[in-house]
Amino acid sequence: MSTVFEQRAAGVADPDAGLSPAELAAKYGLTISGRRPSLVEYTKQVWQRRYFIGAYATAKLMVQYSSSKLGQVWQVLTPLLNAGVYFLIFDLLLGISKGIPDYIPYLCTGVFVFNFTQAAVLSGTRAISDNLGLIRALHFPRASLPIAFTVNQLQQLVVSMGVLGVIVLVSGLPITVNWLLIVPVLLLQATFNAGLAMFMARIGAKTSDMAQLMPFIIRTWMYLSGVFWSVSSVAAKLPHVAGALIQANPALIYIELMRYSLMDSVPASSLPHHVWIMAVAWAVVGGLGGYVFFWKAEEEYGRG
Amino acid sequence: MDDQEMIDSVLAPEGPPPAPTEKIPTVVVDNMHIVYKVYGAGAGKGSATGALSRIMRRKSSPALTEVHAVKGISFTAYKGEAVGLIGSNGSGKSTTLAAIAGLLPPAQGAVYTDGQPSLLGVNAALMNDLTGERNVVLGCLAMGMTYAEVREKYQDIVDFSGINEKGDFISLPMRTYSSGMGARLRFAISAARTHDVLMIDEALSTGDAAFRRRSEERIRELRKEAGTVFLVSHSNSTIRETCNRTIWLEHGLIRADGPTEDVVQEYENWTSKRS
Repeated sequence: MSTVFEQRAAGVADPDAGLSPAELAAKYGLTISGRRPSLVEYTKQVWQRRYFIGAYATAKLMVQYSSSKLGQVWQVLTPLLNAGVYFLIFDLLLGISKGIPDYIPYLCTGVFVFNFTQAAVLSGTRAISDNLGLIRALHFPRASLPIAFTVNQLQQLVVSMGVLGVIVLVSGLPITVNWLLIVPVLLLQATFNAGLAMFMARIGAKTSDMAQLMPFIIRTWMYLSGVFWSVSSVAAKLPHVAGALIQANPALIYIELMRYSLMDSVPASSLPHHVWIMAVAWAVVGGLGGYVFFWKAEEEYGRG
Repeated sequence: MDDQEMIDSVLAPEGPPPAPTEKIPTVVVDNMHIVYKVYGAGAGKGSATGALSRIMRRKSSPALTEVHAVKGISFTAYKGEAVGLIGSNGSGKSTTLAAIAGLLPPAQGAVYTDGQPSLLGVNAALMNDLTGERNVVLGCLAMGMTYAEVREKYQDIVDFSGINEKGDFISLPMRTYSSGMGARLRFAISAARTHDVLMIDEALSTGDAAFRRRSEERIRELRKEAGTVFLVSHSNSTIRETCNRTIWLEHGLIRADGPTEDVVQEYENWTSKRS
């Protein structure tokens, strides 16, 4: 059945004759195809792709609203409309805002900051499945994709933060030294989000059902994160353990820190305990954990 | 060069360069088996009640069908070779390439490669919403080039793809391209880098005559740069013009492996007998 033309054996004497395929591969330093690189090697590869990550994030930003007439204006409009909806329901209709000073900047900060984490989760879940073509066509460390998405969302958030700054000033709040804290808070949250996006990317790549489930999880998370109500006032009434747990929520921590940085009317005493330690811890645990978790399945993305 | 000359050069090419004399293996395939698991091949998945009762009865999947696509093949490819893969539809050619690229895990056996093989298929899309221009830059950066290298290669890639021959298509989103144009641009991007092992899946058949000639030239160049090229194609003439060695797969087994002329001749005899 099988015809093998011995074109080689006839001519040159083969020094490799008699070697098994595995021995032959070892002799010439060949490695098993598609094997996962070591964590250090992988990190080097990701670092080498930093230009790609930046360019991909910017390119995504450019095309995001390219099909709509208003174009990039939506970058500012989308978060504003979001905040408008919550303002209508929670302030005008339900009156939850009682007891919270400067409710509009309070609400907008919550919406914008939570939106950042929400986008990381949603885009991370689809990072692999939406880019199968790219993954199958070219070889690059796959972590570049969820990281690029996070960079892209950070770029969008910077635009939103500009809008937020105007809202805060229009509400009559002053610019304070605390505004300088915005930068470290954003960087910590971005690190946490990147880890979360990578974590979700691996889950989403294996379980396509996750994409259907995520909106519900996200909504629950949002209600728990004090986007439009004050968690600390509720947590105080709960038993100690439950209160501490609710206040350990990373989204809540980043939102509260951002409010504290931006709004003069939010006192440091209203912040959860050890808030800065928690913010750093979540960034380190989330960022590193997500990265290692994603790397563990590197060779499996785009298969099948 | 006018059109007639181009057609001539395609019809009467110089032929593939001779097989390399020095033997340095770049790809070793050792008794490789590939098994696809196909979910939902049976009935019942479509309806919600069916899915629900399946979950209630704790059955993992409606019908898990295993497709044994490649049934134990072994070969070694060397530096400077261009290996053609031929065989009828469903014989396991594309599967074999995907496995060499590390995109499919072998169920049994192993694939050893030198560096990271790159698979180029017509089905692989880049980013459709982005312009061709951005796709070129992003594709190059994803392959690990720096901005300086991209700037250097950019014009070559665009010229090679021939995208701009009919107007300024490179500044339009890729979703506006015809399938042939998309495939050409993807090939141009992938071919811009020197690959140790480059695998091409039917990419050339989508281009027009002029593009085919350019890609065949590029494959020769890549071989001269001491890489190994694999080519899957249903066009026997393309195989003859570019490959010095050909592997004939049938039903997931190697039916013949040797110099292109012999193997393609045998394959043609076999297909003409069957039809």
